[in-house]
Amino acid sequence: MKKLESSNPQALSWCVTLAHQATGNYARLEDRLAGIEARLSGLELEQKVESKLSSCAGKILNSPSVASISGTKSCKGEEIGKHTMENRAIKAISVLDLSFEKQYMTDKQVVKPVYYKSSVKDPGVRGVLKMNKDRFVFTPSDPTSSVRLNVEFRTITGHRFTKQETKQGSKPPQCLLNLNQDQGGYLFQFDSFPDRDICKDFVARVLEMRDAGKAVSNKSATPVHDEQLSAAEMERRIKLLQENSELQKLHKQFVIGGILSEAEFWATRKKLLEQNSSRKSKQRVALKNDMWSTKPLSDGQSNRVTFNLTPEIILQIFAEKPAVRQAYLKFVPNKMSEKEFWTKYSRAEYLHSTKNVVAAAAEAAEDEELAVFLKRDDMLVNEARRKIKQVDPTLDMEADEGDDYTHLPDHGLSRGDEKEVLEPQYEPFKRSFSQYLNQHAAIVLQGRVVDVESGDTRSVAEALARTKQAELAKDVSDVDMDHARLERVSRMAEIEDLQAPSEPPVAPLSIKDPRDYFDSQQANALNTAAESDFCSTQLNFSIRPSLAYSWLNESITEIKTGGLADPLISSDVALKVFDSLNQSMSCTKFNVGRNPSDSVLDSLPKDTKEELLHHWTSIQELLKHFWSSYPITAKSLFSKATKMKDAMSQIYPKLQELKRTVQSDLRHQVSLLVQPMLQALEAAFAHYDADIQKRSSRNAGRPNGY
Amino acid sequence: MSPPVPPELLTDDVSLLMVLIDTNPYFWSSIKQSFPFSKFLSDVLAFLNATLLLNQLNQVVVIATGYNSCGYVFDSAGLVNARAESCLPELEKFLKNDASMSTEDTVNGVGHSLLSGSLSMALCYIQRIFRSGAGHPQPRILCLHGSPDGPGQYVAVMNAIFSAQRSMVPIDSCVIGAQHSAFLQQASHITGGVYLKPQLLEGLLQNLLTVYATDMHSRNFIQLPKPLGVDFRAS
Repeated sequence: MKKLESSNPQALSWCVTLAHQATGNYARLEDRLAGIEARLSGLELEQKVESKLSSCAGKILNSPSVASISGTKSCKGEEIGKHTMENRAIKAISVLDLSFEKQYMTDKQVVKPVYYKSSVKDPGVRGVLKMNKDRFVFTPSDPTSSVRLNVEFRTITGHRFTKQETKQGSKPPQCLLNLNQDQGGYLFQFDSFPDRDICKDFVARVLEMRDAGKAVSNKSATPVHDEQLSAAEMERRIKLLQENSELQKLHKQFVIGGILSEAEFWATRKKLLEQNSSRKSKQRVALKNDMWSTKPLSDGQSNRVTFNLTPEIILQIFAEKPAVRQAYLKFVPNKMSEKEFWTKYSRAEYLHSTKNVVAAAAEAAEDEELAVFLKRDDMLVNEARRKIKQVDPTLDMEADEGDDYTHLPDHGLSRGDEKEVLEPQYEPFKRSFSQYLNQHAAIVLQGRVVDVESGDTRSVAEALARTKQAELAKDVSDVDMDHARLERVSRMAEIEDLQAPSEPPVAPLSIKDPRDYFDSQQANALNTAAESDFCSTQLNFSIRPSLAYSWLNESITEIKTGGLADPLISSDVALKVFDSLNQSMSCTKFNVGRNPSDSVLDSLPKDTKEELLHHWTSIQELLKHFWSSYPITAKSLFSKATKMKDAMSQIYPKLQELKRTVQSDLRHQVSLLVQPMLQALEAAFAHYDADIQKRSSRNAGRPNGY
Repeated sequence: MSPPVPPELLTDDVSLLMVLIDTNPYFWSSIKQSFPFSKFLSDVLAFLNATLLLNQLNQVVVIATGYNSCGYVFDSAGLVNARAESCLPELEKFLKNDASMSTEDTVNGVGHSLLSGSLSMALCYIQRIFRSGAGHPQPRILCLHGSPDGPGQYVAVMNAIFSAQRSMVPIDSCVIGAQHSAFLQQASHITGGVYLKPQLLEGLLQNLLTVYATDMHSRNFIQLPKPLGVDFRAS
């Protein structure tokens, strides 16, 4: 307490003076003080503190103002004072309370005799547990024992403890405290529950302080809160905070600073969170761009070859090979089981991978179902044909860039020369790699057309078949297509001689007499000018050239003979010119802010600018919460409004200070910026006070009611 | 030409001032009552003399912007104790020549003077100075203009403006006429010069001395009038 007094005498005296003025809810004050006392005694403070504190509490309760007001029904004004005073007193005491704790945390440690146990049933090792804010140390009573602990709190993830209440009939519980680590933990048994509770509270506070510190340092971590949040929700919030540094600042200031609760802070930002989540769900995983997913795995020793099929791969197979899909719908489960089907398919794949066309043909001849997999996919062929019909008919699909160079030796692609000679019966079993590659690429680019999450192979196959049919239905019929094709051919193969000469769509601009054109333009512009009357006199002006020139010459001779005008300029006129010049310059200077490209903020020093912006965002945040808590229907709303008001009244003097400390030449600009903020705050304060007044007058009969 | 000035003497506050004066006789006749040419000349000559006195190395060149032609009427280079009044005989000669070129019997309206021509001449002169040797005074162009913009000169004037912008020569403009000049507004805006239309023509000299006497070096820290807006119309 001495320390506290020396370090924080103002806090104490403030508390006492406030207590003197406080005229409200004694019971609450008493509770509060009792709480502090209890904690202090728990932490084994000197008797002196207690006496000091109780005297302080006594002063509060016995202060003359309390007596005077509590005695009779007071008038309105005193009632208002009562409310605010009460709140301030409570706040003052909580400040005191907090400083006690802080003081205690930093320089104290807790020492208790305990049993260290490896499990609940284990009798444990007797020893002493010492805890300070960084670490806890267990020293066994038996110096020969090897069980020693020296653990830092930062590795501790949480703590658990047994309840004191006993169930009827069960044996009394052990006083246990369990400090959890990522792996395992430390179990201590205490001699008594008070001992345990002291340690428990200490650990809780250490962990809390550590978490708060962590939250500040990480900036993204959210403090432990009583409401339960899903991990996804938490993650979303953290992500938002990481993305938005301004939000992060506000969060740090208000939530970690304890002015707003986590839930309150996010309640006004639901939209942001939703946006974020919707953005997340919008993106779907595409198909894998991986072609060899069905590559057989051979162990190299036995003749066994393994294929791995996942729902993902099956979807890919179905999408890429319509014939397999069709076969699946046809055969499974009537003719064969799903397993048999895939075994057959794998066998066909294996045959293909050996590239032995003759063997494949032989196998196909034996097994009808297997032939489906081995033969060329007719559906694919049809589709390819359909696609080719849509291609520009004048395009030579077989030509390529290499054709330009075929007349040179060793250039271009030689086609047809090295073709394997294949008997016609094997032709359907040949499969070209480029076909496969193209088909795969097309499917991957097409993206995921059906949801595989259903997991059921059959439904996947059906869904794919349906989409394919829908696609086909969309296409025009063959007859129409042929017609369109012919039309296109005639359009593409345009014969120039037969075309009518095409007219340029727009008439070219031709100005016969530019002078005339521009003059009329200018006349239009002049009509809009303010000095139109003067212009008209000018335009109507007419003179003989010789006269005009001679007059100019006269002026020159005048100066040649008489010299420059004397005086050159009258001082009155000079002053007027000066004034108007100055005015126009200062005028443009003030107009700088109106130009949207250069803002007033940029002319301020960087620190001032950032401070202003920060105050602005925090005021906005606080005001938002403040006004959202009106009309006050519940006690919690009232306390929230009060909290907001207190936080705002802390910013208010800062703004005044900012206005005062800024350089004199910028003061005007800054005060222009600060003024609306101050006004907004004042409006909030005024509303708060008016509301309090209304409330207290309404509740005059019930002094403690809200 | 003058004997070359040693480059080390040509500090950044030595100016080469190209002054283009509007000598459109019809314009001057039209405002004979409110602002006679003699008053204009006497203000300009006083200003030129002041400029020459501001720095011994300052150079002033006057170009007359006539109705039919343009011409150099004064160059202070090489003159000892140059006085701007010495331009008057040249100006007379120029006007005589200019008058001989007019063919019309009577002229309706004030017409346009050849701003594009005099701007080009000024830029040519400046280019010659730039290429003459290592050191040169800081050039700037001052247009003392009264006649309305000649729309037919739009392209030529804009070309001159861009050329000035490229060679970093500011074009200051002081409009004597009754209406704003879109050409000169743009010229000053693009080249970073000062555009001003004095409210009080009797105080022209004060305007000239206050605003246009500032050399390029001083403009870094002197606040000069800025126009509130620029008319970007073609004509």
